[in-house]
Amino acid sequence: MTMTIGDIAKLLDCEVQCCEDRLNSEVHTACGSDMMSDVLAFVKDQAVLLTGLLNPQVVRTAEMMDIICIVFVRGKKPCDDVIKLSAEKNIVILSTSHRMFEACGKLYESGLHGGTK
Amino acid sequence: MSALEMRYEVPGNDFTRAGEASSAIKNKLKQMGIPPGVVRNVAIAVYEGEINMVIHASGGTIDVFVDSDAVSLVLRDTGGGIPDVELAMREGYTTAKEDIRSLGFGAGMGIPNMIKYTDEFKINSEVGKGTVVEMKVYLEK
Ligand SMILES: Nc1ncnc2c1ncn2[C@@H]1O[C@H](COP(=O)(O)OP(=O)(O)O)[C@@H](O)[C@H]1O
Ligand SMILES: [Mg+2]
Repeated sequence: MTMTIGDIAKLLDCEVQCCEDRLNSEVHTACGSDMMSDVLAFVKDQAVLLTGLLNPQVVRTAEMMDIICIVFVRGKKPCDDVIKLSAEKNIVILSTSHRMFEACGKLYESGLHGGTK
Repeated sequence: MSALEMRYEVPGNDFTRAGEASSAIKNKLKQMGIPPGVVRNVAIAVYEGEINMVIHASGGTIDVFVDSDAVSLVLRDTGGGIPDVELAMREGYTTAKEDIRSLGFGAGMGIPNMIKYTDEFKINSEVGKGTVVEMKVYLEK
């Protein structure tokens, strides 16, 4: 089964904050964390990052990991600087009103797992 | 002799800018046609190092050397140094306080991550003088 960033946006009722042109990109794995070093510990391909943290280092972390999409949970909206940085890096930003556990659960249930390489 | 040598400055007083040097390094290596897996390993390791230079020291410099067989990195700061390097290398060991943790760092996984993603790792630190981290990622495994 394959899932796209657009599918995630639908499943979690997301607002798309940038890079709408990438909604057709396939997503293979996901991780959810507010600790960036935990994210940095496991390389995954075509991954999405779910987080409640809002600073530019979330985008930087995604950039270093080649993560293609960030989902901000709990209705959080990043500031314009963060959105601009993410757009520059071609990383899609979604925001959802779901909480972390719920958002991860919905994606897991729909077949997106945390597979590591 | 290195085929290419670059220096990046890391400002120490601005956490929001932490990672800019690593980003520039990643882009440069990509442009040079270094294999994507190597670029990613270098990027993750140098990013953890850059973050440490900002949150535990007061900035510094990152030198990047690209040779035919490896990408080498030297991170230098003139911060407070590390009293017990062996302890600092352990998974989960951190001196970061809640303010840093609320920024998403300070899980004590930075140095373990640097070791994990590089082929050679060395750290030299002197209390009151500063810290030098040397890392190497081979181009071919
Ligand atoms: N450049 C540095 N200058 C001073 N202390 C450092 C430096 N880098 C690491 N340390 C010390 O080593 C500890 C472990 O570092 P690290 O593994 O990156 O974890 P974290 O940064 O999450 O605390 C830090 O908490 C800090 O005490
Ligand atoms: Mg660290």
